[in-house]
Amino acid sequence: MRPPRNFYVRSFQRGAGMLSRVADNLYWMSRYLERAEHTARLVDVELQLWLDQSPEAGAGRWRFLLEALRTPAPAGEVNPDNLVNTLVFSRANHSSIVSCISIARENLRHVREQCSSEMWEQLNRLYLEVIDNQPADSWILKSHSFFRAVQEGAHLFQGITDSTMSHGEGWQYIQLGRFVERAETISCLTGTHFKRMAFTPEQAVESAEYLEWVGLLRGCGAFEAYCKAYTAEIVPIRAAEFLLLNPDFPHSVRFSVDRVNAALHVIGDLTERKAKLPVRIAGRLRAQLSFSQIEEILAGGAYSYLENVRAECGAIHSAIHQIYFDYPVETEMAS
Amino acid sequence: MQPPHGEQLALLRKPAMTSSAIPARNLAYSSFVNYQLDKAYDEMFEAPGVPRPQYRALHQTLLGLPPEELRKSQQAADLSFLHEGITFTVYGNKEGTERIFPNDLVPRIILAREWAQIEKGLTQRITALNLFLKDIYHDGKILNDGIVPRELIYSCRHFRREMRGLSVPRDIYVNICGTDLVRLPDGSFAVLEDNLRVPSGVSYMLANRKVLKRVFPTMFQDYGVWPIDHYPQALLATLRSMAPANCPLRADPTVALLTPGVGNSAYFEHTFLAQQMGIELVEGRDLLVHNNVVYMRTTSGLRRVDVIYRRVDDDFVDPLCFRRDSILGVPGLFNAYRAGNVTLANAIGTGVADDKAVYAYVPEIIRYYLDQDPIIPNVQTFLMTNDKHRKHVLEHLDTMVVKAVGESGGYGMLIGPHSSVLQREAFRARIQADPRNYIAQPTLSLSSAPCLIDGEVESRHIDLRPYILFGEKVTLVPGGLTRVALPKGSLVVNSSQGGGSKDTWVLRETPTKGDFRVVNGANFETFVAPSDTADAAV
Repeated sequence: MRPPRNFYVRSFQRGAGMLSRVADNLYWMSRYLERAEHTARLVDVELQLWLDQSPEAGAGRWRFLLEALRTPAPAGEVNPDNLVNTLVFSRANHSSIVSCISIARENLRHVREQCSSEMWEQLNRLYLEVIDNQPADSWILKSHSFFRAVQEGAHLFQGITDSTMSHGEGWQYIQLGRFVERAETISCLTGTHFKRMAFTPEQAVESAEYLEWVGLLRGCGAFEAYCKAYTAEIVPIRAAEFLLLNPDFPHSVRFSVDRVNAALHVIGDLTERKAKLPVRIAGRLRAQLSFSQIEEILAGGAYSYLENVRAECGAIHSAIHQIYFDYPVETEMAS
Repeated sequence: MQPPHGEQLALLRKPAMTSSAIPARNLAYSSFVNYQLDKAYDEMFEAPGVPRPQYRALHQTLLGLPPEELRKSQQAADLSFLHEGITFTVYGNKEGTERIFPNDLVPRIILAREWAQIEKGLTQRITALNLFLKDIYHDGKILNDGIVPRELIYSCRHFRREMRGLSVPRDIYVNICGTDLVRLPDGSFAVLEDNLRVPSGVSYMLANRKVLKRVFPTMFQDYGVWPIDHYPQALLATLRSMAPANCPLRADPTVALLTPGVGNSAYFEHTFLAQQMGIELVEGRDLLVHNNVVYMRTTSGLRRVDVIYRRVDDDFVDPLCFRRDSILGVPGLFNAYRAGNVTLANAIGTGVADDKAVYAYVPEIIRYYLDQDPIIPNVQTFLMTNDKHRKHVLEHLDTMVVKAVGESGGYGMLIGPHSSVLQREAFRARIQADPRNYIAQPTLSLSSAPCLIDGEVESRHIDLRPYILFGEKVTLVPGGLTRVALPKGSLVVNSSQGGGSKDTWVLRETPTKGDFRVVNGANFETFVAPSDTADAAV
């Protein structure tokens, strides 16, 4: 039988729990970095697709992109230049790549002593690299390397985090932030796509729309993994199943929710709190995803199903805040 | 800008001094071409072209290096500081508010016997100053005996009446002290000022060492330099020894470092020290006081805090007690402190002993409490409240350095020889309006040391700030922060005024002449691309 967690080390460790502010910073840092990575991947994929399309078909996809990223459209005419400005450089848009990485770094800077020096150095380097870019004429055509750098920088940061930071409570908040954000962004992207496209679930998509579906899978970093599972023939129901319910693919909704759930359980143990609320919501969502069948989901409408997933993620987020980061002092004193 | 004493001094010319000692390839160029000696004590040279024995190996190494290589090493070091985020914040400048603290790659070397003297002197000083603080916040014997004038203490901006009659653990008020030393032209050290409130800079001392170890690995071994890496551990031991009597777990108190937050100029240092000590870095909003006990808000509920290493000034510690508009502090903290439920390090009100006018009395203070002569002397200081002193100073303003008594960081200073008539007149008026607020000292020629300036070695003025820890015992890590006045001829070393710093090597043994092995130039490694030809010591 396995001894309980901390069976051997507990007596030497200092008191349980970490500063609420620190946990909060780690959580947000991780969310913002995940968001930057997602936006970079998606915009990159969209730009590639744009090059393959006629100008008329291209116009519509920008609106879709903004909707998938939940970003309000920039003022005036929407064209690739001001779009990239909004999604990549804008400081006014808190979800632009530059903003996300700046905010992630600022969050980590507040808690530098809690992460490893390697983590800080990597994020700081990524930040310095990103702010070095300025919007300029035809920047867009050379932008691939930039988006690659953002994604690689984020991946490197994750690898460094996993191999240099103790997988204790702080690391769990980083996991939590990353996977709450991922569950939300993937739900949003996939939901928007299914709402927009006309499709027959069981029928492989034709050439005219093939690129759109490839775009969806690429936007989730899932194209290659999908091909391995189902070959390059894209059938909407399979794509939906893969992105929503696959238990092993790290960018599926189910995988993300599983991780959120696991992190919440460990945090509950470590803080010695019976934090019923977030665990209950996450558990419910996890059960839903584990036992749903894709046919039912599509029959009821993928969009509304995914909107519900997003709402549940929001509820988990609020519950985490309420229990761990910003609890009222009076209740603590009373207990 | 003129050098401080105006004279054009002997230029060091390469051929005469180096022809026999170094390999031929180095004769093409010497990085010391523009090196000047002046009246000040020079750390490296005892005479033009003749390095002191302890600097000979270093001198040889530097001679062998072309400017590009020096420049490259310096850039690599700067980059590593930037990437590690070893920066300080410049106030009042929105964009680019983070700046690296300039680091100079040429180490400053202190002999074992010099260090022994410094260590003894500073131990004596911190012991006496603690006795002094205890006395003025309790019985005031030294005031009754007329050694230090009563009005001087009570008119001090940093005197805290709230501390009267309050006992602190171990009777130690100053746990962490940074004392600024200067080397006078005769080679002896003197105390320029004490920093008894929240001295900073120790993280740069450690960072400089880390970088230098990468740049001069073999020289480190050959020289026999005392390590300093145990500073954070010593600091933690000092803080833990200060646990209050009421602490429930006295053997294992909870220590936290209180920072004003990410906007503070020394924020990097706060994170660095907290990380190295393995303690929580807290902001005011993380703490709360309930029933005179301090807690921090953690994810598993509230946890009691026993010792706070506070890097927040007295004024901002507790809005209920000091500045009401402070949002950096913790409401009720001072009451918890008074109740003996938490220790603040340093104690509140230590600033009274580093007031620049009280400084003038420190030799008397040492004699009064310890019945000893000061081991390290003070710099001659004129008190503006003394009529004779003031008259003398006002007549010689152009040769004096005038300082506001309660300021630090190089603010509120007049440097006579470098000042304009207008500035001098402004200070004259200020001194006459408020004599208690100013002191004056003769302009010192701070010792100078070789520094890398754009690939060449030039001389710049330096001082030395060793860090003294006082808990169960007095601890000094061998070395300190050598601060450099980077603008040519400048005498101001503060980081806020364009100063930099360099690593300080305290040698394990004092060398006798010719004791040092000369290290071949090729040993100098740029740490981006370590040379393969290292470690061929002659």
